[in-house]
Amino acid sequence: MIKVRGLTKSFAGQPVLRGVDLDVPDGSITVIIGRSGGGKSVFLKHLLGLLRPDSGEVMINGTDITHLGARAMDEVRRHYGVVFQGGALFDSLTCFDNVAFPLREKTELGPDEIAKRVEQRLDQVGLVGVGAKYPAEVSGGMRKRVAIARALVTEPEIVFFDEPTTGLDPVLVNTIHRLIHTLHRAFGFTAVMVSHEIPEIFDLADTVAMLHEGRIVAVGPPAAIQSSPNPVVQHFIRGEPELNA
Amino acid sequence: MAEPAVPAVVRPFETIGRRTIELVEALGRFGGFFGLALFSMVTPPFKTRAFIDRLHYIGYRSLLIIILTGAFTGMVLGLQVYLTLSRFGSEAFLGPAVALSLIRELGPVLAALMVTGRAGSALTAEIGIMRITEQIDALTVMALNPFRYLVTPSILAGIVTFPMMTALFDVVGIFGGYLVGVKLLGLSEGTYFGEMRTFVDFHDVMTGFWKSLSFGAIVTWVATYKGFYVGHGAEGVARATTQAVVLASVLILVWDYFLGSILP
Repeated sequence: MIKVRGLTKSFAGQPVLRGVDLDVPDGSITVIIGRSGGGKSVFLKHLLGLLRPDSGEVMINGTDITHLGARAMDEVRRHYGVVFQGGALFDSLTCFDNVAFPLREKTELGPDEIAKRVEQRLDQVGLVGVGAKYPAEVSGGMRKRVAIARALVTEPEIVFFDEPTTGLDPVLVNTIHRLIHTLHRAFGFTAVMVSHEIPEIFDLADTVAMLHEGRIVAVGPPAAIQSSPNPVVQHFIRGEPELNA
Repeated sequence: MAEPAVPAVVRPFETIGRRTIELVEALGRFGGFFGLALFSMVTPPFKTRAFIDRLHYIGYRSLLIIILTGAFTGMVLGLQVYLTLSRFGSEAFLGPAVALSLIRELGPVLAALMVTGRAGSALTAEIGIMRITEQIDALTVMALNPFRYLVTPSILAGIVTFPMMTALFDVVGIFGGYLVGVKLLGLSEGTYFGEMRTFVDFHDVMTGFWKSLSFGAIVTWVATYKGFYVGHGAEGVARATTQAVVLASVLILVWDYFLGSILP
């Protein structure tokens, strides 16, 4: 379980997170929505241990990661898989080698077993026969799918998605969402996703949390968020500018 | 609570103080970066594949430019030194003059400057692009230390390849001087190489070796540091690449003077 309490963070005197509280239940898909520049990716980076807060706690399975040293944080990260916004595939490796990379570096598996698992994952994300190509040689949607395959190849307990469908056309957005849903059902991981895809994410998420001006202003099942009486939430999900903007 | 406004008369001192603090912080980070790289060099796990890849990237791919610049440096030296020595009737010393200039000074410095421009800038750009496309963050969240993959193999490869490239530069340069001095200007081959054997000794070679080894560490240290801490976007990468080349080049020349003054 992931628990965040009172998370605050400022950059150069500018507050970005002003006391974020959030619970992410095991095995669920929690999607964080909010305006661009609202701190969603900053929040996600705190869960990944890439940033340290000014105050507050981030509890991952009972351990507060905000004060962990590098080695202890690496132990926590062994249970993570991460899909970055642009995929963050290694340019100098083929798609196959990108997916194989975590297995080669973190496990004692032999080459044949690694090849079998990589081919399995690429098949699950619908990318048979693409392994020999480099990331620059495949489309944006295929790069995202390779990134998802790489994130899941070590069968992590928690998977983080940082805007996995940004820049993709509507057909690909639905393809990626269906893929995440299918893989989530197959592997049962806990997922935390940052996304702008309203209303598509309401079909995918178990819980939706809205981050606004550095705080969680609404959290609940998709239906509760869609019918929220909070005008900030309603303006956002309808894509309307706020009254005082 | 907002900080009180700084009186105008105090502002220059505040700026100097702030810049001094920033400079000291940057120097500390720069030094700590090298310390971390050294620590990663002597503690496992060692990334042998990454190291071999960097040997190829820094060393093998710089061979052509080393050969070209070495040859023409030797040829220019051969021509200019011959013309100077001939004023004093001392053409016979062309061989040792070319060899000593190359082995002690021009070989290490020019080879390092060429590789800074070719491989140093490419290294900064590669690591910088990895930073802005979150590839370094991807390594970190995989519980893998980006230092061991990107920085340590590069610095170690620099330390290993720079002396070799300098040696090649020297050999090609001496041959370039031979082409001009012997084949074009008529000095005897026996005089060119014979006097070289008389005046060039092991200490001269070791001076060149220590210089090239330290230049290898400096160039790769600066290149990887600038890439690792790149600013935002393509402009950040461009700026970091330029700064890396300029800083490494200046440090080569400064360190060359200090090393030259303390080595025999």
